[in-house]
Amino acid sequence: MVPLSAYVAVSAVLFIIGLLGVVIRRNFIIVLMSVEIMLNAATINLVAFSHYLESMAGQLVALFIIAIAAGEAAIGLAIIIVVFRGKISTNVDEMNLLKW
Amino acid sequence: MTDLLIKLIPLFPLLAVILNGFAGKRYSHDVAHRLAWGSVGLSFLCTIGVFADILQTGTPHEVIAYQWIFGGDLTINLAYLVDPLTCIMLLVVTGVGLLIHIYSVGYMHGEDGFTRFFTYMNLFMVSMLLLVMGNNYVVLFIGWEGVGLCSYLLIGYYYDKVSAAKAASKAFVVNRIGDAGFLVAIFLIFINFKTLDYTKVFAQVSQLSPEMATAIALCLLVGAVGKSAQLPLYTWLPDAMEGPTPVSALIHAATMVTAGVYMIVRNHAIFDLSPTAMTIVGVIGGLTALFAATIGLVQTDIKRVLAYSTVSQLGYMILGCGIGAYTAAIFHLMTHAFFKALLFLSAGSVIHALSGEQDIRKMGGLSSKIPWTYRLFLIGTIAIAGIPPLAGFWSKDEILAHAFTHHHYLLYGMAAIGALLTSFYMFRLIYLTFYGRSRMDHHTEEHVHESPMVMVVPLMALGVLSIVGGFLGFPPEHGWLHQFLAPVAGTGEEHAAGTGLVLMLMMFATGIALLGWGLAHYFYSVNLSAPDHLAAKFQAAYRILLNKYYVDELYDLLWVEPTKKLGLLLDWFDRNVIDGLVRAVAQLADLGAAGATWMEKYVIYSGINVVGYGNHLAARQWRQLQSGMVHHYAAIIVAGLFLLAVIIQLIMQL
Repeated sequence: MVPLSAYVAVSAVLFIIGLLGVVIRRNFIIVLMSVEIMLNAATINLVAFSHYLESMAGQLVALFIIAIAAGEAAIGLAIIIVVFRGKISTNVDEMNLLKW
Repeated sequence: MTDLLIKLIPLFPLLAVILNGFAGKRYSHDVAHRLAWGSVGLSFLCTIGVFADILQTGTPHEVIAYQWIFGGDLTINLAYLVDPLTCIMLLVVTGVGLLIHIYSVGYMHGEDGFTRFFTYMNLFMVSMLLLVMGNNYVVLFIGWEGVGLCSYLLIGYYYDKVSAAKAASKAFVVNRIGDAGFLVAIFLIFINFKTLDYTKVFAQVSQLSPEMATAIALCLLVGAVGKSAQLPLYTWLPDAMEGPTPVSALIHAATMVTAGVYMIVRNHAIFDLSPTAMTIVGVIGGLTALFAATIGLVQTDIKRVLAYSTVSQLGYMILGCGIGAYTAAIFHLMTHAFFKALLFLSAGSVIHALSGEQDIRKMGGLSSKIPWTYRLFLIGTIAIAGIPPLAGFWSKDEILAHAFTHHHYLLYGMAAIGALLTSFYMFRLIYLTFYGRSRMDHHTEEHVHESPMVMVVPLMALGVLSIVGGFLGFPPEHGWLHQFLAPVAGTGEEHAAGTGLVLMLMMFATGIALLGWGLAHYFYSVNLSAPDHLAAKFQAAYRILLNKYYVDELYDLLWVEPTKKLGLLLDWFDRNVIDGLVRAVAQLADLGAAGATWMEKYVIYSGINVVGYGNHLAARQWRQLQSGMVHHYAAIIVAGLFLLAVIIQLIMQL
């Protein structure tokens, strides 16, 4: 029987990895993948607590998150393609138009 | 059924007014005049229906057409009261009105504003019908003002003629004086009876104190004096002849000017309570009858002679009211409507034949050129002069006889002299217009022509009525008319006058009329130099008569000029004092506005600008925060997340 703390630990580690990826990496695609890792960390958390509390609600929400993640990835990739066509680059630092 | 007919009577002309008034320009004159006289004709048919009913049942009809003002103890309805008196008035108004409308089709042919003329005429019919049909004083007053308005509009029909415009405003203003008295009477009646319905007022009229009855009666009399052109407010009627001749016939002879007589007869219950008021009514009537007849002697405008004779005849009717001969007054009103309409319309026919000439000094010898007009004018003249058996004799003689048998000898004397003068000036008119040699200029004489049938036929109808109309009141005091009107006007107390006295008075009246004729014959046919001779002999008197006793000049001096001066003074006051004040206030406001502008520009705006510029500077610093780098945002989010976690941790520990 794996204790709840183990799940939470794995989830936390995954979340930190994703977070660092988002903050540190410059490649847009990597950043997008890191966001997916963070989403998965949250999903693991939900499933673990669902099991622990013996409630199906958490697992249901996990299913929703998977679906949303798919959609988000699709939109993210589409944005990357559009930006790449214009800039010939996937470097996040070169995309700084969102300012004054 | 009868109630519906009563409601329909004023509705037909109203419909024609709306159609001709708003859409009259869209269709031809033929459609317009057919609508006009057709509507009056339908009203006439309805009136006959109502009349037949009342004749059979003898009960008055009270019909509420529309609940108008109600609340508290005040209820005023647009309601009609049709009793025998109203019936007679309705028959006269719609019957004579119809004939005059038909005549107008020929007379007004080709005039500018043909449709406008008929619109006004129909509007007049509506007002006059309301006036005679109303069952309370408010409806009567609406009609009263309505006919005044139409009179104004129609006198001023040739509005580009200065004299017509002036005559119109004169009629309007003089009538306002009478209307003011009438309004005061209505107020007094309402204060005393708390109602304005005839039936309710007359039911409790006996509670009135004699002083109050006199006050109300005199105020009503002021109204009647204005509308019926009595002394001292008669001056507008002769001037009103500026309007087209059918207007003179319909409004200023047959119907509107008799409204005062109708009103007095309608209110005779109030007048009966006040012997003082009755005496004043009688004296005013008698004086007017005599006074106007003397002016009529020397006038040279054919329509003006007729106008003064109208004033004089109205004087007889008012005199009749004053001595309590209400039935006789209404009888004379009716016969007068017939023969005066006939006279005016024949005069119109003469004027028509002479292409607009109205001066009898430039006529003469017309009897062979326009025979029908001549014959009909002669019938009218004999009727008005009071020669039996034509209509005027019976009605006028009844008033005279009543005055004599009730011992009003002074009034009888005035009326008898008036009758002599009437006969004289009317036959003078005949001799100067139709007999003798022609005094027309060559051009006019060539174009003399008899009027078209559309004008002559109504004249014939009026001529027949002028001949037979008098027999409605035959035998005197006990005729059909007297019995019909008895429920309204009262039978009058039986007096002891024997048949012999009545016959003697009749013969005397006839003698007077024939004497007038004889004098006219002598002056204008036998001894042609006599009039000039007489005028030269009594030059002062002649000049006074010719200038109508200088009454107009006197009124000008006494009232009109001072009023104009007062107007100018008030104008000056308004321009300089009131406008000055207004301008001063405006200047102040202007100054205040300038101050406020300065304040806003330099004090309020500067404060606002400091705030605005401060914001601007702060924003310049703060926007550095937005780098546009996604990483920065992400980092800030993470930092915030941790901060939130720490704060929650701290709160949980507390």
